[in-house]
Amino acid sequence: MQTIDLATTPLRELNAALQAQAATTNQTEWLIENPKGAHAIAVGLDAPIEVTVNGPTGYYCAGMNKQATVHVKGSAGPGVAENMMSGTVVIDGDASQYAGATGHGGLLVIKGNASSRCGISMKGIDIVVYGNIGHMSAFMAQTGNLVVLGDAGANLGDSLYEARLFVRGSVKSLGSDCVEKEMRPEHIAILKDLLERSGADAKPEDFKRYGSARTLYNFHVDHAGEY
Amino acid sequence: MEKTPHTLPRESYTFSSAVNAEIRRAAATGIYDIRGAGTKRHLPHFDDLLFLGASMSRYPLEGYREKCDTSVTLGTRFAKKPIELKIPITIAGMSFGALSAPAKEALGRGATMAGTSTTTGDGGMTDEERGHSEKLVYQYLPSRYGMNPDDLRRADAIEVVIGQGAKPGGGGMLLGQKITQRVADMRNLPVGIDQRSACRHPDWTGPDDLEIKILELREITNWEKPIYIKVGGSRPYYDTALAVKAGADVVVLDGMQGGTAATQDVFIENVGLPTLACIRPAVQALQDLGMHRKVQLVVSGGIRSGADVAKALALGADAVSIGTAALIAIGELDPKWGAEYAALGTTADAYDDWHEGRDPAGITTQDPELMKRVDPEEAGRRLRNYLAVMTLETQTIARACGHNHVHNLEPEDLVALTMEAAAMAQVPLAGTNWIPGKTGL
Repeated sequence: MQTIDLATTPLRELNAALQAQAATTNQTEWLIENPKGAHAIAVGLDAPIEVTVNGPTGYYCAGMNKQATVHVKGSAGPGVAENMMSGTVVIDGDASQYAGATGHGGLLVIKGNASSRCGISMKGIDIVVYGNIGHMSAFMAQTGNLVVLGDAGANLGDSLYEARLFVRGSVKSLGSDCVEKEMRPEHIAILKDLLERSGADAKPEDFKRYGSARTLYNFHVDHAGEY
Repeated sequence: MEKTPHTLPRESYTFSSAVNAEIRRAAATGIYDIRGAGTKRHLPHFDDLLFLGASMSRYPLEGYREKCDTSVTLGTRFAKKPIELKIPITIAGMSFGALSAPAKEALGRGATMAGTSTTTGDGGMTDEERGHSEKLVYQYLPSRYGMNPDDLRRADAIEVVIGQGAKPGGGGMLLGQKITQRVADMRNLPVGIDQRSACRHPDWTGPDDLEIKILELREITNWEKPIYIKVGGSRPYYDTALAVKAGADVVVLDGMQGGTAATQDVFIENVGLPTLACIRPAVQALQDLGMHRKVQLVVSGGIRSGADVAKALALGADAVSIGTAALIAIGELDPKWGAEYAALGTTADAYDDWHEGRDPAGITTQDPELMKRVDPEEAGRRLRNYLAVMTLETQTIARACGHNHVHNLEPEDLVALTMEAAAMAQVPLAGTNWIPGKTGL
């Protein structure tokens, strides 16, 4: 276990050390102490290492992650795991705005609640939120899966493309072109796998699926009022 | 019997034939006009400025003997690896998707031969583009199509795009005709849909957030890459000041003559500032912050010749960027395709339906047959030639004004032909010492 104390180590040194790890590194376990809400912790990683952050983080923790597992023992600020490519990011507490924004892959697990715009413009990432999510979540979401064990705020999935949204609780309102869809066996299978991998205690059958009605994919004047 | 004289048919200036045609088109289709390129209206521009040249109080440099340097370094503020360019003319961001792959390759080849940089666009970086561009600027856009940390690291600089001159406040647009399988795969979108990308970044909302976003980008790229911030001509003084505050190494300022792949005509023609009106407020902001020449200013939007380059530099820019002119250099709008432009209901010089993907020149298209018309090597040489001419023209003017580096051109070298240009460029009206708003007659 390598331990880096952010109270005494500059952010640049921390990230440089983590980013320098090769795919074959034997230094696979890292502990970061005293994050105290610092921004851009553990960004741009590209190795199969396990990083534990012992406390709350600021903006963009684990941004653009590849391969690594980052576990935040606290809450995360805006843009956690933004543009993640692969790997796993787990937040024990709540996540602020834009969690998992534009993520292309990997798994983001938020054990608390997520604020507004969770999964905005997601491009293949899987996001599982144990609690509730805020308004405008999955706005313009392209691909990937967003799973919410609690409730969803207003305008869920506004202008989304092919992302799948699974919500167990209530949805305050659906955004433009987002509709409830049939939960077929293949969706149950996808959801079951995501719940298992994220350690969430929930039954797939209790969720509803939402997705794109695909009426806005090509502009038509009769739909102008939807925008 | 004497005939009664008639008045000649008189078209209304307000309801001209072009206006009437647009009303009829709108009534027939119910949708606004979408097109490519920049504004077509007459605006105060660099043509409204003249250089004074040498005189009794200034002496010139010998045209073919005395050196006039054109090199420029971008990104000297924070980046460990600033970009060194041989000429102060760069190629602006244009996407693969909006442009064909051979066109992007030609831009890379031409820019590399000329010793300058080219820029990606909305849609990500292609291997061909990276391979043929010695210096490649990677645009970081609201859509984040194709965005990945590997491409960030293999770029030579990162340009955070806030806006562009053709549509400040507008997002990208690529209609279904151009969303082929390859373009769709790069953007994680279904084939054939109308792609309307976001106008705001998804994970930050203002200059305070942007400062943190830039910290993240620098941390991911080991503080090596220059970070540009590109803004459309809108509020150039404040936008430049805020870009500096957010941590930019370079500010790219794009006036409303700058082109776009596609957006609403009403947007192109009615939103933004002329390039000429943008430069002095931006330079003033840099000077007020003690950052002029420390944070470099790149100006774009309607740059066509070495005279335009020289005038932009004289007003305080460190470099310029060209888009539309570069496309014309590699073959866009070529009259040799006149019959095909006519078949599309237009002319070579007026063609602007870049969004339809039917470009006879093979440049603003994804049609595999049309794009074969672009020979990337030959088109690259044409761009190299054009950049060489622009550079020689810039040097010619700089030497005539007595400067041994094009960056030594200054506002004092200029006068304006119109009051509007004098006010915008803050140089005297020709033959007077009057700068509107600054000095008395």
